[in-house]
Amino acid sequence: MITAERKPLEEIIDSIRPFQRILLVGCNECVTVCAAGGRKEVGILSSLLQMSFLKQGKNLQIREHTLERQCDPEYVEELTSLVDGVEAILSMACGCGVQELSRRFKNKPVFPAVNTTFMGASERQGVWAERCRGCGDCLLGITGGICPIARCSKQLMNGPCGGSTSGKCEISPEVDCAWQLIWDRLKLLGLENRYEEIIPAKDWRPGGAAGPRKIIREDLAE
Amino acid sequence: MEAFEPVIIAFCCHYCAYTAADMAGSQRLCYPPNVKIIRVPCSGKVDTLHLLKAFENGADGVYVAGCLEGDCHFKSGNVRAAKRVAQVRQLLDEIGIGGERVEMVNLSAGMGERFAEMARQITEKIRKLGPNPIRNITRLAS
Repeated sequence: MITAERKPLEEIIDSIRPFQRILLVGCNECVTVCAAGGRKEVGILSSLLQMSFLKQGKNLQIREHTLERQCDPEYVEELTSLVDGVEAILSMACGCGVQELSRRFKNKPVFPAVNTTFMGASERQGVWAERCRGCGDCLLGITGGICPIARCSKQLMNGPCGGSTSGKCEISPEVDCAWQLIWDRLKLLGLENRYEEIIPAKDWRPGGAAGPRKIIREDLAE
Repeated sequence: MEAFEPVIIAFCCHYCAYTAADMAGSQRLCYPPNVKIIRVPCSGKVDTLHLLKAFENGADGVYVAGCLEGDCHFKSGNVRAAKRVAQVRQLLDEIGIGGERVEMVNLSAGMGERFAEMARQITEKIRKLGPNPIRNITRLAS
């Protein structure tokens, strides 16, 4: 999933300070799962903003709405009637959702209330860790199911480097060395010989180095 | 000027604090009428949003009363509640309402005396802190 974290309140408050009526929009997908921008977080942020502005003697009118998915035009269309009468939109979705709202409602300023962070997995309740960088050319089949792009600090194709100590990365004793994990997994699978194969330098073009990416499925596209 | 009488909301777990409040009543113990009790099936049921809404609607103080640590009927509801209370403290500080207005207390069903004492202590503390800064500001209907 795409993970996100709420921006500092001060930053959010500053962004909407000039407005009296705002629409606060959450998303039921990734940001709900990582507890950053779902229905509940919309309620919490709305209450905090309400109180913060009331304390300064200002009555902020907030409409709350949480969409099934903020990155799909079909769902964003639901907001049409709610957008009328508000001066600005505050989105708790990832950057994709914010941009979809900006595209659809061109005459309304749209502000992000979260920082979109990474594609990750849940390690345990309340903890998410980066797992994928969307490099466009998945290596997991030859690296024992552990990604050296997302999980090696140097993104080495043939690791580990000299900074690996007792299975940990030199950047922090809290961070596993991805190449140690890869080696351990290959050994477990009896695929040690795969480790000997040199992975050639990576072509970063499918990973975004050739400009913004787009997928067009001719069988589906209208 | 009228004396300030704080409005305090106590979210009380059915298995401990609510029963303790009941016991305080049976023992004819006095505690301030400022405390309004909301019974919940477990202190872990109390969400960040419930706490914030209480303040948004004008409460001067809020506390969550759950079982003693290790005694939760649902194993860890009271621990979760304590974490949420800590989060709300931080949020209230950030918006200038004051984190010290919210508290977590732990007690057992037999502690009627302690329930009354906590109610007195918290009421006094909130009385000293003064009214919730947004209490008397009327809001326009949105």
